[in-house]
Amino acid sequence: MKAPDFRYERPASLSEALALLAEEDATPIAGGQSLMPMMNFRMAAPALLVDLNGLADLAGITAADGWLTIGAMTRYAALEGSAQVMEGVPLMARALPHIAHPAIRTRGTLGGSLALADPAAEMPAVLLALGGEVVVEGPGGPRTIAADDWATGLYETARAPGELVTAIRVPLAAPGQRFGFHELARRHGDYALAGVCIAATGDAVRVAFFAISDRPVRAPGAEAALATGDIDAAVAALADLPIDGDLHAGPDTKRHLAGVALRRAWAEATS
Amino acid sequence: MTNPLNLFDRPNSYIGKTVPRPDARRLLEGRGRFVDDIQLPRMGHAAFLRSPHAHARIVSIDVAAARAHPGVIAVFTGAEMAQHVEPYVGVLTHLAGLRSAPQHPIAVDIARWQGEPVAMVIADSRATAEDAAELIEVEYDELPAACDAETALDPGTPVIHPAFGNNLAWERTVDVGDVDAAFARDDVTVVERTMRFGRHTGVTLEPRAAVAEFDPSEDRLTFHYSGQAPHMMQFIFAKHLGLPEENVRVVAEDVGGSFGIKIHTYGDEVATAAAAKVLRRPVKFVADRAESFMTDIHARDHVVEGRMAVTADGGIAALAFDDLTGIGPFSMYPRTSAIEANQVLNLTGAPYVVPNYRATARVVFQNKNMMCQYRAVGHPIAMAICDGLLEDAAAAIGMDPVAIRRRNLMRDDGYPCASASGMKLADLSHHKAMDRLVELMDYDRLRAENAALRAQGIHRGIGFCSMVEVTNPSPMFYGVGGAPIASQDGATLRLDAGGGLQVASSVTEQGQGTNAILAQIAAGVFGVPIERVRVKTGDTETVPYGGGTWASRGAGIGGEAMLQAALALKSQVLDVAAVILQARPDDLDIRDGSVTDANGTPRMTLSDLARTVYYRGNELPSDLTPELIATRHYRVTDFPFVFTNGAMAAHVEVDPDTGFVRVLDFWAVEDCGRVINPQLVDEQIRGGVVQGIGGALYEECLYSPEGQLLNTTMADYLVPMAGEMPDIHVAHVETPTRTSVLGAKGAGEAGTGGAPAAVMNAVNDALRPLGTSIWQMPMTPERILKALGRV
Repeated sequence: MKAPDFRYERPASLSEALALLAEEDATPIAGGQSLMPMMNFRMAAPALLVDLNGLADLAGITAADGWLTIGAMTRYAALEGSAQVMEGVPLMARALPHIAHPAIRTRGTLGGSLALADPAAEMPAVLLALGGEVVVEGPGGPRTIAADDWATGLYETARAPGELVTAIRVPLAAPGQRFGFHELARRHGDYALAGVCIAATGDAVRVAFFAISDRPVRAPGAEAALATGDIDAAVAALADLPIDGDLHAGPDTKRHLAGVALRRAWAEATS
Repeated sequence: MTNPLNLFDRPNSYIGKTVPRPDARRLLEGRGRFVDDIQLPRMGHAAFLRSPHAHARIVSIDVAAARAHPGVIAVFTGAEMAQHVEPYVGVLTHLAGLRSAPQHPIAVDIARWQGEPVAMVIADSRATAEDAAELIEVEYDELPAACDAETALDPGTPVIHPAFGNNLAWERTVDVGDVDAAFARDDVTVVERTMRFGRHTGVTLEPRAAVAEFDPSEDRLTFHYSGQAPHMMQFIFAKHLGLPEENVRVVAEDVGGSFGIKIHTYGDEVATAAAAKVLRRPVKFVADRAESFMTDIHARDHVVEGRMAVTADGGIAALAFDDLTGIGPFSMYPRTSAIEANQVLNLTGAPYVVPNYRATARVVFQNKNMMCQYRAVGHPIAMAICDGLLEDAAAAIGMDPVAIRRRNLMRDDGYPCASASGMKLADLSHHKAMDRLVELMDYDRLRAENAALRAQGIHRGIGFCSMVEVTNPSPMFYGVGGAPIASQDGATLRLDAGGGLQVASSVTEQGQGTNAILAQIAAGVFGVPIERVRVKTGDTETVPYGGGTWASRGAGIGGEAMLQAALALKSQVLDVAAVILQARPDDLDIRDGSVTDANGTPRMTLSDLARTVYYRGNELPSDLTPELIATRHYRVTDFPFVFTNGAMAAHVEVDPDTGFVRVLDFWAVEDCGRVINPQLVDEQIRGGVVQGIGGALYEECLYSPEGQLLNTTMADYLVPMAGEMPDIHVAHVETPTRTSVLGAKGAGEAGTGGAPAAVMNAVNDALRPLGTSIWQMPMTPERILKALGRV
């Protein structure tokens, strides 16, 4: 499989990139770990590929006002090597090693993961559990979108055409905040059959599942039950969660595995 | 004649020693010569438009836009290609009753599986060819498809080849003893299971690839391919493209894995050769990964209804089963798709004394990719049927799985003898292998540990497999049935003027180290340092005529030919040396590159001798006719196959909450006769075990009910990965085969053949206390959860 022909541009500034992305059938490329295979399979056929790898300003991690702002072009490997992430965002630190394999983490970017919104990807669920934000910028200037509003469907997000993900913002862990993460993947690095992230502050619990639906999903029933510490009720509440099967597990199996993952993540969060 | 006993303990023998592969550095430095590395002037690149339907009539096909696309050299429809290629039929006469229909490289009129080529585009690049393929407009009339093997013979199922009346390709029954009477005895316990084995495929690192060149001035085709049987392909291209055999040269240089999938006739490769002939310019085709999943032969896909009766003391009273397997719409050419089912009938129960045995195989057509021979043909099914039922029966009568094997395994001192199905067996060591296995794994300690962990809610299991492997096949495998497949192989050694050896062999190297063991045998038996041996394989123009490497025959057959040729050359060289040195040949030897006297004192170097012969023949008596080249051929006689045996065990942990299985350890004790290179043999066993674990736990070609293959990427088709693989402990019993001086049997497929049964038995050992068991491979989390009633 070879990609169909396309035009390639490597802008040197954000404004130049946004101007190029205004063209018809323009697609930004960050780490390319998902887009390149999709192009080779001819599932994606952009007329213009806008390479963001020349935009040095889009990479980097800064802390201010209790939040960590992570440039969209920051690679997973850089996040894994960041003391700010390891100490300040333990849930993200916990999830990072589960993303594919080291070679992919060396190239893949946080912004790319959010922009693609693969329903089985870890980072969109981490952001959802943490109540983070995605910063996008388009011709109309920058705007910030809450993680709860980010994914709108299968590979669909609140990003408007012509907008670019420029940064991801996550709240730094508060004292006493507890986290749990568990994913069930048959081989290390695979997309999970089911996975879950938990962020608990006092009696406020956010639960975000991934790999069980068309997008990362919160589980309100489970959150309410966990607020009272009742894990059995939380698992029982998953009966109401809309769940899609995939090639390797039907909806019933996914629901069951989501419950197992939730128990294990909760055990981690409360240990 | 040198005493064969001395061959293996000569001072400079390499046989039995771990020697680094001579090609390792070249490959590691990226200097391999794979087919896709070949760049030729005026070479076109082929892409195929493939049927999106499992079964459809091609109403019309419009290639005008594709032909007009810039960069396109040619477009062929099936009908156009059919003018240049004689169709082929995958049947052999020794598989009585096997039927299949004529096959074209590109579908004509009707496409019968999703992925079957419908049109071929040749352009100045693969990308351009793919662009143009998208411009071909095909109108399909979708036909009802027969996808499910289990309903393929039902009256309401569409018949794929209407002339046959139904979808049955082949049927065979073996019936020995009185099975019904044995099952009816009131002193036996009967276990009965339905076992399912999913389709999987080879997943070679290097995909199938071909570069075809045609020289019209000589009417000569050169076909570079990634494959394992160059002479077979020479015959096939000659016959079906209408060329004299000697005008077809087939070259297989470095091959990045094969596992049997590259030993068949694929339409896209035949079309590549035909296109080069028609266009009079080179054409390259390299399958991409999606094409590989869709069109490389698949394997397994069996449903087995099996029964076993055992006496109270664990003796097997009877074994019976019905095997149903779906092979796609055609029997693959030329080896046929009935061999796997035939192997299942021949091999099931072969390690044991089975007094009453009845087995029926039905092979059916279906609208899926074709099924054919892949590593350990039939073995995983055969071993899982017998060893699965045996451990099930052991559990039913409360007997230990090792004890029940010791009760039933054929005696080590009872050979030669025959299996229930009539296979001739010799030189096997089931009991020795089992004893060594039990010792290696510290069985009693492991059992006790598992029992203790069970009390803590940790569910571990141990499973075994006692197995045989078919290796070193004689002409009875294929040639007897009319297949153009050599069962004999040849080796040539030439002493060059510099004192080094140029050796050539008709067996092939596809990554497993064939060339290394050929060098070891040549160097050790003849008497030069291994660095002085250059090995050539995989070129019909320069190697002796032979079969190639498959069915674990490279070492046993190719190795023996090399040994015999080395002995012959040594004798010829010593005849010359005796004249020059005024000595008797029997008082001379060749060691480390020199002719020596009997106690090893050098008398003259091989280079001196060769230079004398080649440059200064005037110094030799005129009646001396030195021959510094020797060729010998070898085939297995007296036995249809040389069987090996092994004992394997898996230790697994099942998580009943998730259905996940972790293989903690695996042990394999293998008797492949004389071990030529311990490291290479051990890694063959390990690689085979990994592929067996893949079949048991991970790998499956998943089709929709409509015959659409759903997993065509490495993300969706799960191959076993290093991170999940256990330590694989390998040990050997060495019982040399009596059929050769070398004594080597094959070792390439044992792991793949035995591991699935061992893993299945281990999973069931873990599951039984939870009140369930599983009989479907791969044993996925979902299937295990369903067996446990958790889902």
